[in-house]
Amino acid sequence: MRDITHIIRQAAEDAQIEERQKLTVTVKPRQLHPVVEALYRNKELPFDYLVSLTGMDWGETLGVIYQFSSSADLTQEVVIMTATADREDPLLYSITDLYETAHLNEREVYALFGIRFINNPDMRRFLLNDQWKGFPFRKDYSHDTGLNPVTVISSEIVDVAPCIRETADGKLIEENNPVFDEEDYIVNIGPQHPSTHGVMHFRTSLDGEIVKKVDVHSGYIHRGIEKLCESMTYPQMLHLTDRLDYLSANINRHALCMCIEKAAEIEVPGRAQYIRTIMDELQRISSHLLAWACQCNDLGATTAFIYGMREREHVLDIFDKTCGGRLIVNQNVVGGIMFDIYPDFRKDVNVFIPYMRKRLKEYDDFFSHNPIALGRMKHIGYLSREDAISYGVTGPAGRASGWSCDVRKYKPYALYDRVEFNEVMRTEGDSYARYQNRLDEIAQSLHIIEQLIDNIPEGEVCAKTKPVIRLPQGQFFQSVETGKGEFGVFVESRGDKTPYRVKFRSPSLSAVSVMPLICRDAFLSDLIGIAGSMDFVIPDIDR
Amino acid sequence: MQLKTMLFYSHPLELTRILEAIDTFLRIHLSPGLATLAEGILVGLLLLATYAMIALALIYIERKVAASFQARLGPNRLGKYGVFQSFADMIKILIKEIIQIKKADKLLFYVAPFFVIVASVLAFGALPFGMNLQAIDFNIGVFYLLAVSSLGVIGILLAGWSSNNKYSMIGAMRSGAQFISYELSAGFSLMTIVVLSGTMQFSEIIEGQRYCWNLFNGHLPAMIAFLIYLISGHAETNRGPFDLPEAESELTAGYHTEYSGLQFGFFYLSEYLNMFIVAAVAATVFLGGWMPLQIKGWEAFNQAMWFIPSWVWFFGKAGLLMFFSLWVRWSFPRLRIDLLLNLEWKYLLPANLVNLLVMVVVVLSGLTLTELFPALFGN
Repeated sequence: MRDITHIIRQAAEDAQIEERQKLTVTVKPRQLHPVVEALYRNKELPFDYLVSLTGMDWGETLGVIYQFSSSADLTQEVVIMTATADREDPLLYSITDLYETAHLNEREVYALFGIRFINNPDMRRFLLNDQWKGFPFRKDYSHDTGLNPVTVISSEIVDVAPCIRETADGKLIEENNPVFDEEDYIVNIGPQHPSTHGVMHFRTSLDGEIVKKVDVHSGYIHRGIEKLCESMTYPQMLHLTDRLDYLSANINRHALCMCIEKAAEIEVPGRAQYIRTIMDELQRISSHLLAWACQCNDLGATTAFIYGMREREHVLDIFDKTCGGRLIVNQNVVGGIMFDIYPDFRKDVNVFIPYMRKRLKEYDDFFSHNPIALGRMKHIGYLSREDAISYGVTGPAGRASGWSCDVRKYKPYALYDRVEFNEVMRTEGDSYARYQNRLDEIAQSLHIIEQLIDNIPEGEVCAKTKPVIRLPQGQFFQSVETGKGEFGVFVESRGDKTPYRVKFRSPSLSAVSVMPLICRDAFLSDLIGIAGSMDFVIPDIDR
Repeated sequence: MQLKTMLFYSHPLELTRILEAIDTFLRIHLSPGLATLAEGILVGLLLLATYAMIALALIYIERKVAASFQARLGPNRLGKYGVFQSFADMIKILIKEIIQIKKADKLLFYVAPFFVIVASVLAFGALPFGMNLQAIDFNIGVFYLLAVSSLGVIGILLAGWSSNNKYSMIGAMRSGAQFISYELSAGFSLMTIVVLSGTMQFSEIIEGQRYCWNLFNGHLPAMIAFLIYLISGHAETNRGPFDLPEAESELTAGYHTEYSGLQFGFFYLSEYLNMFIVAAVAATVFLGGWMPLQIKGWEAFNQAMWFIPSWVWFFGKAGLLMFFSLWVRWSFPRLRIDLLLNLEWKYLLPANLVNLLVMVVVVLSGLTLTELFPALFGN
């Protein structure tokens, strides 16, 4: 850590360095890029993974919180903050030249906070449309519904990207760049399309069957969950996390619970930890099963799709019996779990484990070695390790590119430091590696559950908490490994019963942001196949 | 009279007698010209009815087969085992509104489904459904069938182009590329059998297979041709894994995205009928058509086989082949356009050309089973 401080001091002498939950550095806007670059280029431990980029409205100032980590060691983390006092036309420096994942995140911050980033080549609003008036995440945003009335008039999509560029002599130039060439044949894949897994919208320019360029549009179901959280108490917020990546609902909620528990220093009983871990792994299995099924369906194998659904049904039945919810497991609360498992839980899970193992073999026999399937997945959608890190693609997809990024291994939470499991890794980086990774992770999850299911200790399932939970002033982070990748929760508290700002790091956003790269020069059919292999969920992106 | 009584006893369920009775009745009561006209109309109506019935049956069968592959139940509410589901669907599609697309090319958009359905109806006319159950027995039957069945692609291309929809357009272009490629393979593999049979007339092709199906008669080259025909025929019907023109996960519904109601029904119907036609041709040309299983010398056995009417044999053989087609469809993922064209132009077509030559050599040098073992298989 002293090295890091040293590097930061070298790049910016007056940077304010504090040891909070994480090492937190506050810099002036102008120093941001040099500091980040110095960390990025640090030879011994390059901070080459931008975990999250969070827009902030601190009242007086508008700013951004960057959370960096190192791809080689996820436990090494630095948080950098910067802010500008100009609320009329706030300008900050972009770091897209270092981290590709910053691109969409900066566009999101522009749409929600109105901060524009100098040197970002494409400063269109992300999540909101171009006509939106005001910046909804600012604290002084007018809630008047007349400001942005619901319209039935469809507006043309303008494929022009504004950008602010800084010339060598320090002048700022505003430019408008066309996104597509004039003679491009543009097809809208989505937002109403059977294979975009929701309301994703890829504007795709085609040359015959070959994809020339993909332009990602999202936000069709943007609900402003992070903003909603600001007006809710902590226990109320929990329900919204389920509505992000609904396939990893339980894991998302686990993350927020842990973040609050850590901040409020609540000890979770052992029994709850066991049940949480088991449920997380069951959730992961169901998420991977659906991913597998949908990927097969995207490749045109409808029977495989139904097979995946059939097995997932067994997991959902267990959820159903536990808490009544099938898709959304309404069980985690601050301090533990809401209610105990049902009496036959152990039996059901013990039946499920060998059943699922048998089915995994069936999937292998039926689909994994089919020559057509191999032709559609092998060497398709290649994502290199460098790109995976730069775009922040985590989860099975990141690990298929040879990046060891399992949060359960690096920053173990719940009981993951006590169970034995392998981090499933592959280095091919193609659709098939991602496909196999998911199936292998199901096997690993079964292995984890197997170790826990017979040893659940007796005792309380929920710690006693105060009727109104208040978090101390500060910034709190928590990461977990969902079915899609690293899901992060960031809470800034001012000591109230409601948070000041909440941000969720979405693994799906990274998966989508890398689509233009890995689909370039692929076939149209492969665009769909690759999208299936990346396994993104739209509510997770739109939040 | 002698022959007729023999037929009556030996082939009890054949339709020959009824057809002859109708013919005699018409000829007694009408002038020869009118009788022919009346018969033409009757045959036409009968064919259309059969056409619709086969399509409805196939839709139901496919749904049931797919369901059993997918661990589901399939239709099971309407009638016993849901047998009336197809009828209900048909009625629904008949009363659905045909949506006019504003920016479509009206005439071509309207005409396109007819091309598709007419092509399959025309092909239907030349199929030998059973003994004496064939509308027209062309002397160039195989050729005629190839010719009319390739008309359908015009409809698909028109549909895609006139819809003024990019998905439709891409689907239609895929379909064009696919259809024209696989038409070659289908044609060549049928030619291989024409070489073996020495005729293009379906009735003669069937007669030639009395004791030995072409599939075995031409042994290796015939089997290769059979395989290639099944693959390319399946590809021509635009069904999975060759369903690129519709590719619902990529192009929503491909060339028929903009169609609704009966117009969509035409596309839907012809898809099933094309599947049937391909299976029927394969059964006729490779598996002896409506000819019951006959073994030379086993007179009693042969006689027993004739008690099962010829049309049952025909539909049985075609049904078996259609089951393969369903099996493939519900097991395999979809090919990509380049893989699809690779398969045709790099593997199937060269193999086919060589195979045709091999067949010529086999036939010329008398290496067919009928010529090698005339006592066992010769007619």
